[in-house]
Amino acid sequence: MKKTVLDVKNLAIQYETDLETVYAVNGISFSLDAGETLGLVGETGAGKTTTALGILGLLPERTARVTNGEVRFQDRNLLKLNEQDMLKVRGSKISMIFQDPMTALNPVLPIGKQIGEAVYLHNEDNLSQAQIEEKVEETLELVGIPKERKVEYPYQFSGGMRQRVVIAIALICNPDLLIADEPTTALDVTIQAQILTIICNLQRKYKTSVIMITHDLGVVAETCDKVAIMYAGEIVEYGSLRDIFTGETHHPYTEGLFRSLPSLTGDSKRLKPIEGLMPDPTEKPQGCWFAPRCGRCTQKCRQEAPPVWEQEGHQIRCHLAGQ
Amino acid sequence: MNNSHSRTREQFAEFWRRFRKNKSAVAGLLILVLLVGMALFADLIVPYARCVEQAGADRLQGPSAAHFFGTDEFGRDLFARVVHGSRYSLFIGVATSLMALAAGAVLGASAGYFGGMVDNVICRIVDVFMCVPPILLSLAVVAALGTSVRNLIVAITISCIPGNVRLIRSVVLTVAEQDYVEVARSYGASNARIIFRYVLPNAMGPIIVNTTMAISDMILSAAGLSFIGMGIQPPSPEWGALLSAAQTYIFTSPYLLVFPGLFIILSSLSFNLVGDGLTDALDPKLKD
Repeated sequence: MKKTVLDVKNLAIQYETDLETVYAVNGISFSLDAGETLGLVGETGAGKTTTALGILGLLPERTARVTNGEVRFQDRNLLKLNEQDMLKVRGSKISMIFQDPMTALNPVLPIGKQIGEAVYLHNEDNLSQAQIEEKVEETLELVGIPKERKVEYPYQFSGGMRQRVVIAIALICNPDLLIADEPTTALDVTIQAQILTIICNLQRKYKTSVIMITHDLGVVAETCDKVAIMYAGEIVEYGSLRDIFTGETHHPYTEGLFRSLPSLTGDSKRLKPIEGLMPDPTEKPQGCWFAPRCGRCTQKCRQEAPPVWEQEGHQIRCHLAGQ
Repeated sequence: MNNSHSRTREQFAEFWRRFRKNKSAVAGLLILVLLVGMALFADLIVPYARCVEQAGADRLQGPSAAHFFGTDEFGRDLFARVVHGSRYSLFIGVATSLMALAAGAVLGASAGYFGGMVDNVICRIVDVFMCVPPILLSLAVVAALGTSVRNLIVAITISCIPGNVRLIRSVVLTVAEQDYVEVARSYGASNARIIFRYVLPNAMGPIIVNTTMAISDMILSAAGLSFIGMGIQPPSPEWGALLSAAQTYIFTSPYLLVFPGLFIILSSLSFNLVGDGLTDALDPKLKD
């Protein structure tokens, strides 16, 4: 019986400025079991990073507000925890890998010390300094960095190596959940493959659950067990990897995403993007968020918010699904 | 394992190379070294006794082989007084700017990092203090507390803090936006840890430069207060006090004014030049 590690229910987050409100996340629900990888896919601006920050409680205090929902992690609602308790969760139970490795490390500390920070701050097994050093060296070897380099500074490492250091920091405390926010977007393809392999190996070794945030369907195919496709702050399609890649019915947005991938076979002269742009997140529409761009949009779609159609765990938020 | 040390040496060599290119900065550094040497080894250069021994017969004599800078109205050797006076100026200058730095760092970092109400309160208090000219501010403090070396130091430090708070706050505002601060928060670093280990160390460039310039200001402030009699009291040979005493004899014995004044200018100037040189040498944008 698989254990559920994370259960997000109806999470809604908005950013409030003096002039307007930005509806970043509009009621999303998903869950993650131990050892599973969930791919959170979507364009820029879909609300993926906001969701990740919301789970970790790292949203900007003054502007962001969680207006609804709960995030259940190991029988606790993370949204209700105070800062003291959240500090204990971050880094040791839930870790995050950020997008840009070039700026993710403190320039004035050697990497060994930064990796050691993560252990030192939590130190649940009360390790001595020497033991922490050993652990740092072990973790460096695991991510493929020679341990002699632990005294070097971040500027002495390339982008791919820095991302490995970030992964080392994230995983050294064996968290139960790892959120990887587009970990390979800033890296070239060959390094991308290496980084993904490292993440997958470590995941298998420590049985970590992973939320892989990405806009690259190739990465999803390689690494994920479940997929959630986000659009304008909602999950428009949710299911297992099979459901999304080889299923029969899809949300029109998903169809558009797959269609826009350049074809290796066949002759194509033009790319087929999805027409239009992401909607303005400050204006909540009456009906479906995707309506303006949808090829199969009906009057009902424009007026009524679509319900979630479900079949054996495959969910699609569309009026036309299942018809 | 020695990689880190050789890299640090490399970095320092690079910094030194950039600093050396600025001729005036190097000149400033040389003068500074001489002045510091003078302050440290004052007793070796000339015993303190000569500052205070009064030889009535030798009053108001010009520079000579026996008295390099001449003698004052009490027959005391001006050279000895100037040399020993350097201790006061340099010590006060460095001590006060370091203390003002510490206070400014705590307040400025809090204002810049936490923002909101904390920032508002600190900024408004700083604004009030900045309305008062620094000299008047320190004067008011000395008048309230009484004249002594300790009170002089307190007064001058207080006048230096508001400027520091503003500067450090602005630097912290930019550094706190960096990604690595968010990453540190994501693995559970507390705010205090982030400020002292992540934000302030990365803000050191402008802070170091500002502190060096501040020393120059503090030296002038100390001399100024002593000049008007609210600082160091006679017979202590502080340079400002020497200037004050020389006023009466300005036409008959101008050397009494020239030598202390020259040294005040030199110390202030040297710190300024070094600070300038540091600005260029530490500027990351000029790195090739």
